[in-house]
Amino acid sequence: MTKCSKDALRCDNSCGGDNCVKQRTKCALLIKSAASTAGIGAVPASRTVSCWMRPEVWTGPASPPSPSSSLICRYQDPEPADLSMEEESDTRKINNSFLRDHNYATEADIISTVEFNSSGELLATGDKGGRVVVFQREQESKSQPQRRGEYNVYSTFQSHEPEFDYLKSLEIEEKINKIKWLPQQNAAYFLLSTNDKTVKLWKISERDKRPEGYNLKDEDGRIKDPSTITSLRVPVLQPMDLMVEATARRVFSNAHTYHINSISVNSDLQTFISTDDLRVNLWNLEITDRSFNIVDIKPANMEELTEVITSAEFHPQQCHTFAYSSSKGSIRLCDMRQAALCDKHCKYFEEPEDPSTRSFFSEIISSISDVKFSHNGRYLMTRDYLTVKVWDLQMENKPLETYQVHDYLRGKLCSLYENDCIFDKFECVWNGSDSVIMTGSYNNFFRMFDRNTKRDVTLEASRENSKPRAILKPRKVCVGGKRRKDEISVDSLDFSKKILHTTWHPHENIIAVAATNNLYIFQDKVN
Amino acid sequence: ITTNMECAVDAQSLISISLMKIHNSRTQRGGIKLHKNLLVSYVLRNARQVYIKEKYAEIYRMQQYEEVRTVCNEIQELNPLDLDSEDADDEDQARAACCGDETSLCHRGAAQPAVHVRAPSTLLGCCPFEDSSKESEPCEYRSCCMEASPVSHFDPFSADNIRHCNKTTVLDLDTHVVTTVENGYLHQDCCCDALQGGQGAQSPAKKRKGEFGGCVSEAEDVSDFTAARKRAKREDCSYSNPDYTETSNISNLISIFGSGFSGLLSRQADLEQICSKQALAGLGAWTRAIVAF
Repeated sequence: MTKCSKDALRCDNSCGGDNCVKQRTKCALLIKSAASTAGIGAVPASRTVSCWMRPEVWTGPASPPSPSSSLICRYQDPEPADLSMEEESDTRKINNSFLRDHNYATEADIISTVEFNSSGELLATGDKGGRVVVFQREQESKSQPQRRGEYNVYSTFQSHEPEFDYLKSLEIEEKINKIKWLPQQNAAYFLLSTNDKTVKLWKISERDKRPEGYNLKDEDGRIKDPSTITSLRVPVLQPMDLMVEATARRVFSNAHTYHINSISVNSDLQTFISTDDLRVNLWNLEITDRSFNIVDIKPANMEELTEVITSAEFHPQQCHTFAYSSSKGSIRLCDMRQAALCDKHCKYFEEPEDPSTRSFFSEIISSISDVKFSHNGRYLMTRDYLTVKVWDLQMENKPLETYQVHDYLRGKLCSLYENDCIFDKFECVWNGSDSVIMTGSYNNFFRMFDRNTKRDVTLEASRENSKPRAILKPRKVCVGGKRRKDEISVDSLDFSKKILHTTWHPHENIIAVAATNNLYIFQDKVN
Repeated sequence: ITTNMECAVDAQSLISISLMKIHNSRTQRGGIKLHKNLLVSYVLRNARQVYIKEKYAEIYRMQQYEEVRTVCNEIQELNPLDLDSEDADDEDQARAACCGDETSLCHRGAAQPAVHVRAPSTLLGCCPFEDSSKESEPCEYRSCCMEASPVSHFDPFSADNIRHCNKTTVLDLDTHVVTTVENGYLHQDCCCDALQGGQGAQSPAKKRKGEFGGCVSEAEDVSDFTAARKRAKREDCSYSNPDYTETSNISNLISIFGSGFSGLLSRQADLEQICSKQALAGLGAWTRAIVAF
């Protein structure tokens, strides 16, 4: 077996793909085996894992970020001596097809979802090309304490392929809309990934031994001529180089007429829901040919449609409760014990509209793009175009807290409508202790709000501003009047650089931020 | 609705931008996105409400009531269908009859992308109530209307009309004409120069189903959706008007005209009024003048 010795980030698949063996920081190409239904997928060379944020101030979940928090940023690199810029040009040399210049990204490499697993050991990303790349955290080593817990590529596979619906003459995009991990129950890892129409359950497992010494087959797999066999032996498991395989264990398809926007695994670990614009379906993880429709808001006459479902999530502890958000800015909490079809909500969260801010685009900016339960199950967080809101499950008439993410865009809604940016769907995340919330914005900015101290910070995920070991400075957008030196004016914001997808480690202060085709992982400084 | 702040974009260009988005979404990879198009339809509705309000305010600013009255009286005299001016019902029925077939033809014409009244000559030619002696009069009538039409203050919008209306914006991408259909009224709003030779983006639901061609053919999906978008606007437009029973919609009208003149007679009086008003509008091609009076 030939080994690809290139670094994970640099292998461009020229090693041939077959028989490629994965090592910790080496190329992650899979061996094509009969058992594996995954296709090969080189790590997109334009995807980099970089940039550690080591905020000195954040030593614990309760500590707030101070306004002048010094955040050290360091690029993750197999060879510490390499600088980020060098790596970039190296990549450019090898993979001209991926990058023409460092600002150009092939559309297939655009990251469309990021998700930590429940232990934080693994980080999955899905992209527009239908690929899933899973990163694994390094074990801490005493010899290199500074490299504690870096994330390296662990597995890459092609989750979804483009399909063609002949009946409707429609192409079904392979873009991965959401990934959700199942909590680990054995040595293998399981995740659900979905595109617009089909949900798949993937099993990611390691193999570090293989049987050798078959009687009927020789080492290359060819069947032996039985007459040449003179003795029998028992096959023995021999160690081999670690290989990570991804296999599709279940395919949940043909249940959605409209585009799937979210999936959520139930706390019972047996069921999950998939949600499209008008319906929520409940599945059992074991059964693929049947699903239960539990919410259906499709009107009898489609001409009466006024509202669609934008996201749905199970309650983190109560396996009978789930919430779904709508395009009208409302959230409904449903109890599955009440009825088979949960069209009647048991709680309805909506804040009345402020008539003084009414505009042409009021409906668009009030549409909720993401809904997330807090880890403790007491709060709900919703993201609409300009704000993030935290709701108390016990209070339905107004949110507990409202945070302005980028209110300076309110005056630009018209241009944002013209260039379609107003339809961007930003996600929001809680930290492990539910004390800080985070969401993305434009110009590769992302924002964090500390709920306790009411302080907030704007940070930027960019290569130019994040040199190795550099301190990440908080950014500020100048809304009017005199622009200070480090501030950026609203008109200079780059609306093509948007951070839609972010995720937070369940226990530690590690975040992953997707900026178009780049993944940034920031973490606390090690003391 | 407060007009948008810093952008100097008026309602009319928002309407055309929105329609372009809807049109482009049909060729997007992955199929039509229901959510996005629903949001675009809200913008469309909002923009049209503002547009109509603005148009309306403009009319009132320019309008001199007496002047209008006078001209309209002149037109009344020339109205060939005004067989008996005292008998309003007959008059309405006559007009309806005249236009009934034409409009139904129009509505059911499969290949046409928009609800249009065709050449006035065809229209007048099918009128069963006219005899040959009056042949010339319709033309005169028509020309009279035509003359009147350039005067924008003949716009028939009245405050009452607006409140009880059901509005749908129709874009004919062949002629680039934007039309507002209101309670069955057909009005030519403007020509959208921004839209260039595109394919049909929006038009009454039933007609559109055959038009999707290669893009989408599933009834549940998109053809429902285009109607849905229009209806969503309609619903919200008449949201402030609790009188839903009074507001008619295009599909009802189509079925009325589809059943021919007998269909008209079998309906209730108020619906007849509404239908006949639409018929009346059809009579005058794109004139607005007559409809109000």
